[in-house]
Amino acid sequence: MAEQTRGYVPTYPTITAPTGLWRWVATVDHKDIGVLYIVTTLVFFLIGGLEAMFIRLQLIAPNAKVLDPETYDEFFTMHGTTMVFLTVMPLLIGFANYLVPLMIGARDMAFPRLNAMSYWLLLFGGLLLYFSFLAGQAPNGMWFMYVPQTLPPYTTGPGPNYWAAGLLVTSVGTIAASINLTVTILLLRAPGMAITRLPLFVWTVLVNSFLILWALPPLAAAMVMMLLDRLVGTHFFDVSAGGNVLLYEHLFWFLGHPEVYILILPVFGMVSETIPVFARKPIFGYTFIAASTVAIAFLAMSVWAHHMFTSGMGLTEDTFFSAASMLIAIPTGVKVFNWVATMWRGAIRWTSSMLFSIGFIGEFIIGGLTGPMLATVPVDWQVHDSYFIVAHLHYVFFGGSVMGIFAAAYYWYPKITGRLMSENLGKWHFWLTIVGLNLTFFPMHLNGLLGMPRHVYTYPNLPGLAELNFWETIGAFILATAVVVFVWNVVASVRFGRIAGNDPWDAWTLEWATASPPPPYNFASIPPVRSRRPLWDLKHPENPDPR
Amino acid sequence: MTEQPTSGVVNHGGSDQLGREAIRQINPNVLGIIIFISSEAIFFLSLIVTYVVYRGASTSGPGAHVLNVPVTAVFTLFLWSSSLTMARVTAHLGRNDVAGVRRWLLITILLGAIFLVGQGYEYYHLYADNVTISRNLWASTFFTVTGFHGLHVLVGLISMSIMAGVISPGENHPWGATGVEAVSLYWHFVDAVWVVIFPVVYLWTLIS
Amino acid sequence: MGSYDRLATPLRKTQTTSGPAAAPPQLCRFARSALRVAFCALRFARCALRFRPFPSARHLNSIGRLSGSILAVGLALGLLPALAAPRSPFSPASPQAASIADLFWFTLIAAGLIFLGVEGTILYSAFAHRERPGREASQFHGNTRVEIIWTALPALLLLVVFYLTVRTMHDISAPPGDPVEINVVGHQWWWEFSYPKEDVTTANELHVPVGEPILLHVTSADVIHSFWVPQLAGKQDANPGHVNDITFTVSAPGTYLGQCAEFCGIEHTWMAIRVVAEPPAQYAAWVKAQQQPASRPTSNLAILGETIFQSQTCGSCHAIAGTSANGVAGPSLTHVGSRATIGAGVLDNTPANMERWLLNPQDVKPGVLMPNSKLTPNDAKALAAYMESLR
Repeated sequence: MAEQTRGYVPTYPTITAPTGLWRWVATVDHKDIGVLYIVTTLVFFLIGGLEAMFIRLQLIAPNAKVLDPETYDEFFTMHGTTMVFLTVMPLLIGFANYLVPLMIGARDMAFPRLNAMSYWLLLFGGLLLYFSFLAGQAPNGMWFMYVPQTLPPYTTGPGPNYWAAGLLVTSVGTIAASINLTVTILLLRAPGMAITRLPLFVWTVLVNSFLILWALPPLAAAMVMMLLDRLVGTHFFDVSAGGNVLLYEHLFWFLGHPEVYILILPVFGMVSETIPVFARKPIFGYTFIAASTVAIAFLAMSVWAHHMFTSGMGLTEDTFFSAASMLIAIPTGVKVFNWVATMWRGAIRWTSSMLFSIGFIGEFIIGGLTGPMLATVPVDWQVHDSYFIVAHLHYVFFGGSVMGIFAAAYYWYPKITGRLMSENLGKWHFWLTIVGLNLTFFPMHLNGLLGMPRHVYTYPNLPGLAELNFWETIGAFILATAVVVFVWNVVASVRFGRIAGNDPWDAWTLEWATASPPPPYNFASIPPVRSRRPLWDLKHPENPDPR
Repeated sequence: MTEQPTSGVVNHGGSDQLGREAIRQINPNVLGIIIFISSEAIFFLSLIVTYVVYRGASTSGPGAHVLNVPVTAVFTLFLWSSSLTMARVTAHLGRNDVAGVRRWLLITILLGAIFLVGQGYEYYHLYADNVTISRNLWASTFFTVTGFHGLHVLVGLISMSIMAGVISPGENHPWGATGVEAVSLYWHFVDAVWVVIFPVVYLWTLIS
Repeated sequence: MGSYDRLATPLRKTQTTSGPAAAPPQLCRFARSALRVAFCALRFARCALRFRPFPSARHLNSIGRLSGSILAVGLALGLLPALAAPRSPFSPASPQAASIADLFWFTLIAAGLIFLGVEGTILYSAFAHRERPGREASQFHGNTRVEIIWTALPALLLLVVFYLTVRTMHDISAPPGDPVEINVVGHQWWWEFSYPKEDVTTANELHVPVGEPILLHVTSADVIHSFWVPQLAGKQDANPGHVNDITFTVSAPGTYLGQCAEFCGIEHTWMAIRVVAEPPAQYAAWVKAQQQPASRPTSNLAILGETIFQSQTCGSCHAIAGTSANGVAGPSLTHVGSRATIGAGVLDNTPANMERWLLNPQDVKPGVLMPNSKLTPNDAKALAAYMESLR
């Protein structure tokens, strides 16, 4: 397979295509925009990671003085905000941008210019957010920016304004991108690509786009009210005027919780692509994985208040949200079981991508299992807002989302650049990540169980805390080393990586049926789509998949 | 409606079994605006829920009783009748009648503009009575809900003006037909939001 | 072909013990792995710089084993103190906290078993079903019966957990009859405790009788805080404009530590809570002492301190019962000398620390709302003596 295409040089219509920097500014090609998204978010990932390193350094010992409390709060807030809104969410949109048209056999997105606008709104929203550092005060109310802490007189600087304005700008871009992806998936599928044959990554992107469209507006409303309170003098969250601070919490978490699924659903889709290919088997239970994605999305919209069990909503509300939150563990479990069943009795190739996919399942379930514990209301009353939560959410975000994104990076990098990433560096990256991840985040469960709340810039020298925090900081630096290895691999492989050819993994979805990188028009002609694995049918005409 | 999208499906010789899927009959512009509207609806829902939650919560100052319901009701009629004229726009679209489309678009713009003038009149009088957005909690919610609706009306007027300008004769349908159709859906949505806001904000004062 | 073929050489059998769920830590094995990894790191750096491949399977082994060992050591290091530490929900000192701990243990064990099962299956499959010459992947697509089983079984388990959740939740929130009622008000960044029946107001140190039901009414004077003393009860937020109740009965005398759990601004870190649980007789004595106005200073230094207190603006934020100082923005100082800490936990309450605090609170607790009064060292010493005399 790869032999016949080794040395393939893609041909671009050089007459019309602008070159150099201008190409990247003027582009409306979904692949270029996808690359812009991915590179930009990678930079934000490094910035957010650097902030995390400072946080960990400050916590290395009790009463350390690496950062002053004010800077610590700013770094902490910007770390969370950056990772959620400027890294993982747009990174997944970037991958979707690049891959969805290729996977469904379309020439581009439905609205190419809107697509470019989405990206530039992300970039400028992110820059606006980071401009706050120059403007005198970065946002410092933690990533949820609860009122009234973020309102005058408690926060008089401009930080929250930049937070709300910057995120409103990126939100518009995100919503536009979601509309674009939805329309593309619904209308631009190649002949034969029925909705029941969509690659699972495309399925998750579709569901995810709806989740974004319906969960983001309440946050936008909350941010608008906060901005009006700060700039115009309205009284939405002014308790003395009759305002209610819980309203903000409700509006925020109505996005905030679906956001967690927004950050993980496409990753579920990514590993649903990589695991079958590297286990050399079709995905186990396609329908159940797709259906559980829809189920998760629906449930995700009705569990937001499990972030508010301690806010005093009342036992009835607590009971409802506890039940809904526990329910969500069921479709998530179904997915995990299906991935394991996909590996079962396969012929598993230990590529870096597969290692990260396996690592994804292994680490994600740790966060997945502490999830229902947090839905157990009395337990949540104990561990809420403690480091137990920090551990939980990092096992979901890092052990889940980021590990899965690494798997996707090794898998699709050859399609995007035409070259393979180094497998050796990949293995180093993987093992360093596993060690660093668990050393950093597992002990954080115990911090929480020792009564350490989150968002504190230091801690009293009580038994156990110093040791745990020391090892967590060591782990964080191992994790940072892993990221450096990864970045080096990404950068160097562009030049030194082996030529990949069209289809280096002997995979089955349509993106592997065209050149690497694909020409601007994506496909000269696409293979007939008669099943969920069109390229399998092509390679194994004697044993095609059932339609 | 059958206008080809600029970036269509890859041309393929084989039979298209998907041609039968109902959703594929929809134009991308129209589907895009429908999805956009679903998102907008949730934004307005958040604002309206906020208004309702905060109703009667103000610790001081004026409440909804300061509103002049009859005057707003009259202007509301203008807004709602613009939905009917918008229906005439789409009817002429189907007949490939560019002049008719443009005529009815202008009438719709006029009706929408009258509504906006009414809202300006209302705001002017409230401000004259020192009911400003920062006066108290109720005023904050009132101006935010109705203000965002007014902004959407304004956006609708601008997009209608643009479409009235660019629409031109085409083969089976006017060129720009799907754009007009998208704008008309948006305009109906803006009217529908007022169908919720008017009773919640204005009519509710009559029964309490 | 892709580059996975280089890895197709079977790894040594020992690798099956590596990975996150590894064998118990053995120090010599750990040290050997560490050495080997250090050696590899050197070679790795060289190869990475030149972007050259190098044989890695053997080294991966060591890394995998090392990771397992580090994890196990970390677990052992961490778990031991967690079980019996002050501030841990797993060393409960009230029936309410005890039933939460029981529920917590139940979910932990259930989750642990599922974790071992799934993780074991993944690792087994990853190793046992590796691609090797002659191995063909079985091409099966799914199985509805299996899907139904692994949907239904977790659902049943969750049903049990949900039942226990609701039961525990209602048990521990049941309002007690005839409790000791205390109003808890969160301030940036200290706690105000007032006993309306006893007419006592104090700060940061909550005294309660052992064996009697306690009912806390928690609210806030400014931003959102959260009241959390893990050994006694779960946390409840202190919301401005709302009152949330917490109820518990302390089962053994002692000092229980807690802390504000909701981010509340720059000094969220130093907003500690000390709960001192005493036998009823001792508690009654404490209440009696607190009801007295401030004692008059006796030493010359303390008397000087009192005049400094009155000449400064201290009294506009702090109250000292029996004097003209009646501010409410800061903690009441009527019996400040009897409390164990200064600045809501930032310093132990000793004369030297009090002096340091008074010299410049901003230096000790940056951002605290108490300004630097620019006292001379001698004035600070006298004022500290006065503070310490207020017992």
